Amino acid sequence: MIRPEAQTLLEISDLHAHVEDQPILKGLNLKVKAGEIHAVMGRNGSGKSTLSKVIAGHPAYTVCKGQVLFQGENLLEMEPEIRARIGIFLGFQYPIEIPGVSNLEFLRVATNARREQIGKEELDTFDFEDLVNERLKVVQMDPSFLERSVNEGFSGGEKKRNEILQMALLEPTIAILDETDSGLDIDALRIVAKGVNQLANEDNATLLITHYQRLLNEITPDYVHVMAGGKIVRTGGSELAIELERSGYEWIDSDKNNQEVK
Amino acid sequence: MSFEYKNWINALPEPNGVLAKIQIEGRSLIQNLGIPSREIENWRLTDLKKLESLLTLPISKEQVQQRTPSSAELADQNDAGVRLTLSPNRNPLQLITLPYGIRELSKDEIKEIMKFKMSKIKSKVDWTKLLNHATANQIVGLNIKGTNVPSLELIMPANASEFSSTRIIINVEKGSKLELLEVVIGAKKSAQNHLIEINLEESAELKHGLIGLGVSEASLLAHLSVTQKPNSTYSLSSVQHGWSLGRCEQHIKQVEGQAQSIIRGLQISKGNEQLATHSLVSFDGPEGSLDQLQKSAAADQSHCIFNGAIKVPQKAQKTNAAQLSRNLLISENARIDTKPELEIIADDVRCTHGATVSQLQEDEIFYLQSRGITTDQATALLLKGYCQEILKGLPANAGRWGILKKLLEIVKR
Ligand SMILES: Nc1ncnc2c1ncn2[C@@H]1O[C@H](COP(=O)(O)OP(=O)(O)O)[C@@H](O)[C@H]1O
Ligand SMILES: [Mg+2]
Repeated sequence: MIRPEAQTLLEISDLHAHVEDQPILKGLNLKVKAGEIHAVMGRNGSGKSTLSKVIAGHPAYTVCKGQVLFQGENLLEMEPEIRARIGIFLGFQYPIEIPGVSNLEFLRVATNARREQIGKEELDTFDFEDLVNERLKVVQMDPSFLERSVNEGFSGGEKKRNEILQMALLEPTIAILDETDSGLDIDALRIVAKGVNQLANEDNATLLITHYQRLLNEITPDYVHVMAGGKIVRTGGSELAIELERSGYEWIDSDKNNQEVK
Repeated sequence: MSFEYKNWINALPEPNGVLAKIQIEGRSLIQNLGIPSREIENWRLTDLKKLESLLTLPISKEQVQQRTPSSAELADQNDAGVRLTLSPNRNPLQLITLPYGIRELSKDEIKEIMKFKMSKIKSKVDWTKLLNHATANQIVGLNIKGTNVPSLELIMPANASEFSSTRIIINVEKGSKLELLEVVIGAKKSAQNHLIEINLEESAELKHGLIGLGVSEASLLAHLSVTQKPNSTYSLSSVQHGWSLGRCEQHIKQVEGQAQSIIRGLQISKGNEQLATHSLVSFDGPEGSLDQLQKSAAADQSHCIFNGAIKVPQKAQKTNAAQLSRNLLISENARIDTKPELEIIADDVRCTHGATVSQLQEDEIFYLQSRGITTDQATALLLKGYCQEILKGLPANAGRWGILKKLLEIVKR
């Protein structure tokens, strides 16, 4: 929901980032306020995942210009784990499999790191199990997934649900979900969407990176942004997603403003 | 041969006790052989400076002081197992009443087992073993009979700045079962030489944990020799950590094939440590199996070595052996050498081997970081997963030694 008086959570201005010597983000601006749901759309390779990883602090990407503020603080100076603790959550497009590390223990350590930050008491194994069993219901996941290694051998859909489970446990202030909808069948998509809607409230915000209108039928965004060539080239309301679904992205190529300036 | 080495051998205490004859022979052999050099394949990568310097330490003449067990260890002591502390110059069996199923082997029985093993092993030269012959003055011999024998725990502590040798021989009778945990504990600047000889009769089962917990500047030279008769199952989990120079030789012989050997090994090195595992599994008959997984993780400037020899002669048809060496470089300055050595002559066999050396994955670390976990915590979590695959194979009573916590110390410094 859009409220003019709401607190600004995330403010990105003129962001440039590169990997090795290749520029990827080229002057991106975005402002997200509490209570809002934003969708970021765009073709493959337009830089959506890069944006999400730069916000989360992935070491492979170097920011060479611009700034990212989270609740007024310079996010780019913080280690990735600090960003997570203060309430940034990235749902990975490709969640990583970590053989040998128990999912349950991983979730507990992560949850406690976040709880410590927000002044809640640390949960011991028993209390944590109660919490996790409750949150499992949000994503309708079987408790047997807790006994396994993190994401190891999970199907695509199960990995995505595990991401949402983490989000439900960490209660982030801003959640960036990178193509959480891809690879999901319609039932799984509904479950994930329901989870996201359930967790959204007026104090937090969600950034949905997606290719498809399909997710946006379940979660209504306040803003839809279109990324191309490393920046946001168009912003509109939820109707923009429907328009994109119909007419595709060809218009980007014909717009002079989006041609690369060499 | 170096002057110091010769002097060191000459300064060993007068041969005495049941092993006197063996000591005399051993001393003459190690004197003739000299200190292993780079020319000998199995010692090629060894830090010879460290080896030479441990061969100058005075031999423990007194009993090794009883280490004070930690409260955690004491708390866990009320299980039904037997604990023996081995030390040079003392027979621990004099102090204890062995439970039903475990009894002391007589001198003649020990001789007979040694003779049997010798006839089967026909080994050329095992310097570590000969070093033990030259220096050990006690042997603990145990016979195991029954399927409900209490678990056995053997502790080998050390005196600081001294050299000590311990020797054990265990016979597991036909159809009998045992869980055996050995813990070698170093002291500052100590050197330990440990020899364990095991014979498994037909259909016997042994679950063996061998843990070497070193401390700064301590060294361990261990040699394990196992003979297995048909249908026996030998399962070894070895862990070494914390030694300046650590070497664990594991020789397993299936004397007529048709037995099962399972080896799990883990060594984690840091600082300037050098840890080595040299295994040799040979099948002297058909239809034997081996399942081996060795892991080495090296931090700082440390060095891990794994040499895994498997011998499958003509008579060992239908052998099924698999060896995997999975290694982790935790620092860019660390070094890991891993080498399979397969000598396969029989044609109808299944033998596989593989080795990987990897680093902690940046993507795995970042994934954990993105959930609020620090790089140190992340490394510890990843390392824990890495270790547990091996540690879970240890006998149940290994839990009280808090090994995982010790292993993870390499991260939290
Ligand atoms: N780590 C990386 N190394 C090299 N190139 C990268 C890396 N990450 C992204 N890129 C490149 O940056 C561009 C944008 O990629 P990405 O952010 O994944 O786009 P999207 O998520 O919109 O599909 C692509 O051309 C991609 O190949
Ligand atoms: Mg992407």
